[in-house]
Amino acid sequence: MKADWRGHLPRLEDLARSLGLDWSPVIFEAVPDSFMTEIAVYGLPVRMPHWSFGARYIYQLLQRHMGYSRLFEVVFPGNPGRAYLAASNGLADNTLVAAHVLGHADFSKNNLLFRRSQDQGSEHIIEHAASHARQIECDIEAHGFTAVEKVLDAALSLEQYIDLDRGLRRERYEEYLSPKPSPVDDSFRSRFATLDGEDKLPLHARRQRAPLPPHPEKDLLWFIATYAPEMESWERDIFLAVREESFYFYPVYATQTMNEGWASYWHARLLREADFIPQDTYLDAIKCHSDVVRPVAAEEQIALSVNPYHLGFTLWEEIIKQGGVNAARQIMREDDDFSFLRNNLTRELATDMGLFRYKKQANGPVKVLAEDIDELRETLLHDKYNFGAPRVAVAEVRSDGTLVLEHNSDIDKRGLDIETARKVLAYVTHVWRRPVILRTIDASAKPVQVLADPAAA
Amino acid sequence: MTTTSGDSTTVSGWYELFSRGSRDWLRHSEKIREAVRDHLPQIVADSDIINDGSRTVRVPVRMLEHYRFRLRADSESQGVGQGTAKPGDLLGPANTGNKQGGKGNGGTERGGPELLLEFKVDDIIEWMWEELKLPNLQPRIGQSEEAEWKREGWDRRGARSRLDRRRSVKESVKRRALDASAPAFVDEDLRYRQLTRRRQPAVRAAVFFLLDVSASMTEADRQLAKTFYFWVAAGLRREYRTLDIVFVAHTTEAWEFSEADFFKVAGSGGTVASTGFHKVNEIIKERFDSSNCNVYLFYASDGDNAVDDREQARLELEGIARLSRYAGYVEISSGLRNSHSETSKLFDAVTSLGLPSGRCTIRDSNDVVTAVRHFFTLESQAASADAAGVGP
Repeated sequence: MKADWRGHLPRLEDLARSLGLDWSPVIFEAVPDSFMTEIAVYGLPVRMPHWSFGARYIYQLLQRHMGYSRLFEVVFPGNPGRAYLAASNGLADNTLVAAHVLGHADFSKNNLLFRRSQDQGSEHIIEHAASHARQIECDIEAHGFTAVEKVLDAALSLEQYIDLDRGLRRERYEEYLSPKPSPVDDSFRSRFATLDGEDKLPLHARRQRAPLPPHPEKDLLWFIATYAPEMESWERDIFLAVREESFYFYPVYATQTMNEGWASYWHARLLREADFIPQDTYLDAIKCHSDVVRPVAAEEQIALSVNPYHLGFTLWEEIIKQGGVNAARQIMREDDDFSFLRNNLTRELATDMGLFRYKKQANGPVKVLAEDIDELRETLLHDKYNFGAPRVAVAEVRSDGTLVLEHNSDIDKRGLDIETARKVLAYVTHVWRRPVILRTIDASAKPVQVLADPAAA
Repeated sequence: MTTTSGDSTTVSGWYELFSRGSRDWLRHSEKIREAVRDHLPQIVADSDIINDGSRTVRVPVRMLEHYRFRLRADSESQGVGQGTAKPGDLLGPANTGNKQGGKGNGGTERGGPELLLEFKVDDIIEWMWEELKLPNLQPRIGQSEEAEWKREGWDRRGARSRLDRRRSVKESVKRRALDASAPAFVDEDLRYRQLTRRRQPAVRAAVFFLLDVSASMTEADRQLAKTFYFWVAAGLRREYRTLDIVFVAHTTEAWEFSEADFFKVAGSGGTVASTGFHKVNEIIKERFDSSNCNVYLFYASDGDNAVDDREQARLELEGIARLSRYAGYVEISSGLRNSHSETSKLFDAVTSLGLPSGRCTIRDSNDVVTAVRHFFTLESQAASADAAGVGP
């Protein structure tokens, strides 16, 4: 009975191909609900152990028990891709989910961010993450549980700090400044150099050490793994493992609205056009679809968050209605959520969807603000920069090995929370093994700095 | 093209073998317990346990936060919502809407649900006494002896529960060394532990809890003293099987109480400490022969004593100190009082005679653990120094 949706799969695929979808093979696997929850919490089917995942896991279980959310599938891009389906899905659910998975697979094969990430090796992220987990198990054997946990505390607390533009594989900085281009070689200079008392060697021939880092460095994981004065090699490997997984997560994070919208558009369309699916299955599936893309929970009138499925779905429907599938495919290939929302979320659509901006006072009422589509888009995107993390970069390493981190408050106009920053610095000093300083601003926008010294700890 | 594999009708049992989520959750719980353990003084000070008689303490804890850089909390935040709201509408703070489960790894776990962890009183005592050296109650060998079953020797017959597996395997190895083809185990290999009855010199100790319940001791003061006694009694009981604890309270008179009543006692009137000391002396003479029994006294008071009682109290206290291994004084001063109270002078006088005694002050509930720590590290040092000479 349950196997029936697989019977629909070949025809569903033929239909998808005829509509222009293009994807790498996908391996489907039905797994228990508890395993689905784990995938949602860890982000990957097998991942390194850490207590913070345990806390999120219990939180998710509670949410599930209270019926807040339900997970039908998780797809991992790659060649082949992998789709995990919840074993509790019904036949109609799975027919819908299979169509949804084809949409995701099409997206991840063609979207630029995903393609770049896959060129850097993320098509095998499941295997890589599993081997990281395995390596960490070995580290625990060799160095003890607490030692490994402390390194993971540090690495995972910085997991959002990577520099996408500089890529996964990076070389160390040049140790010396490159010589300045020699001044224009005119006859005056050459005659001048022959004068008595002039240095034979021009100044730039003496090599000058480059400052470390030569520019503010956003990739904290890479910087620490590469330049920490006394880190053990297994500790560096843990940092690099966490970093590789973060590189994989970035496209997933930065295209969430587009990607879920695209998959929802295609599951709806494939089902609509799939005349081989029995009527009752179709009706159940469409009901499930409308649950997924509904703007607010059934019993609510207003939600203070936006359902990315609904937002993405509505935008893609509009784009395809206006410009056809080919124009949509081009947007799908080239955009991420930033450009997607800025270019396509018009004032009319926002009004149709009932989107509104609100301001919330701590413990106070929520006030709905006046319409302003530009502000609304930016508020939607605000949490998406840099995995939603405040911008912190390495400013310098002093001669005594002190690491100086700088928080850039230009956009947020707010300083970091000092108490949590202190805790994070405590994690970091454990691996940096020299003092670590963080510069940020306080409540009155004056510069403050937090110091963590491993000697004092 | 799509390939399919696996079997959708039966979910493979592999996934059920272990759960990474549960494993990491266990580690999280363990970390919480460690964190709570560092706050022992606060838990111990939760004096409700004394009265409700349950053997557990409930401690509310938040989920542990794995810290990340985050912005300072702002009094105002902006967001985008969806629904039938018009500009200028005020929405109630309770209406937070639905949370769609997003995947990926964003999300801070700030302010998760609060958990109510239950700790067994026994566990807390365990933690507390782990770091303390228990008073080495000095065995005094007296006439009274008790018979005890001791393990002694092995036999080929016996109760199955006392089968010594290690020894039985050794026998089997020996036998098979002679004949490699012999069966792995035969009945002759089995060895059972044997028990015999042995007479043991008795170790007796008596601990006196003497509490000042006069009017000057406020309800809060009494509560502090009782919390102190509760943990001392629980700790001593855990360690010693034959321990007499005597509960005495006094105002201008003194009475002996049962344990249950003692923790409920309240009184009024003036303070004449000598009556309490006298009562203790009386009970020692009546019931405990100090030649084969170690006597300990813990006195709790706010330090006010009638001035005309000074001489009498000093004599009585000295009497107790001479008969006992240790006399301790806990001054409860939840208000502002001077440190040279009448009662502390009494104990100082006894200490200056070279008799084993000491004192400690409890100002608020956080000091309870400190006080327990104070007496039991001191006392153990004294006792072990002393044991070198008097040992059995």
